[in-house]
Amino acid sequence: MGGGAILVSVANFVLLTLLAVVSMAVVRVRNLFAIAVLTGIYSFLMATVLLVLDAPDVALTEAAVGAGIGMVLMVGALYLTRTDEAPPVHGVLLPLVVAGGTAAVLVFGASQTPPFGDPGNPVHAAGPDYLARSVPETGIPNVVSSVLASYRGFDTLGETVVIFTAGIAVLMLLKRSPRRRGKE
Amino acid sequence: MRLDLILRVATKLILPFMLMFALYVQFHGDYGAGGGFQAGAIAGAAVILYALVFGLAPAQRIVPAVLVETMVPLGVLVYAGVGVAGWLTGGNFLEYNRLAHDPVHGQEWGVFLVEIGVFVTVSATMVAIFYAFAGRGRAP
Repeated sequence: MGGGAILVSVANFVLLTLLAVVSMAVVRVRNLFAIAVLTGIYSFLMATVLLVLDAPDVALTEAAVGAGIGMVLMVGALYLTRTDEAPPVHGVLLPLVVAGGTAAVLVFGASQTPPFGDPGNPVHAAGPDYLARSVPETGIPNVVSSVLASYRGFDTLGETVVIFTAGIAVLMLLKRSPRRRGKE
Repeated sequence: MRLDLILRVATKLILPFMLMFALYVQFHGDYGAGGGFQAGAIAGAAVILYALVFGLAPAQRIVPAVLVETMVPLGVLVYAGVGVAGWLTGGNFLEYNRLAHDPVHGQEWGVFLVEIGVFVTVSATMVAIFYAFAGRGRAP
């Protein structure tokens, strides 16, 4: 284990501990404005974790969307509502059973996944192929971009349509009609 | 509105760099981290920051709501249009190889245009959702 690997382990330990602390804070705090800020902090920590995992493209997205725009939209929604969470209507038992059950299923699912970082994992089967093909076939050195926009271009089209659909849905729900705006 | 002088000055200083960084992330995505989605989010964030600090009406004078709402479907149309161009040039849907004189150049054109489509839709959607939220708050 070299110095770099130890550094990565320490960074992971610190970041994941902070993530757990922030998650607990989100659960405990009742002020929704504080929760919006905490989720922003959570996204920034998550972006740093992704950077440690050598995924700068995903980290950039997480920082911009999760921490930046996500937080703005949450604060915007708070502007339309009250800033304190309503007291819970259920007792402790039902949420505890639901959360415990979900956690058990997730842990069971995670225990069946291939070991993290193993070169024999299925996810690495197609990787070397793309790495070898990207520059000669598309002339793009960043393989993430060439896979996203060219080899998996159809998926990205679907992704763009999802964004489009989300935007249209929010506009349909929230936008005031032009007639009412004209009266202003 | 008088007490946010620091916010206003800092925003004016930051905004050109944010937009420049968005363009860098957009057009340098072939070589470094980034692409249309990330660049769109940053450009959308720049407009939202301006609207937060200077108010909704000044922001909508620069980036009108009509423009934003046109851009939301426009990006998808650009993306799908590149796909149809693949058909028209005799290939499959979203096949970029025949868009230029040689396949590699065609791929670069295809990826470039597709990323612009993603940028247009993502940035416009972010701003449109923000406008919807912010405009709703001022309703009587």
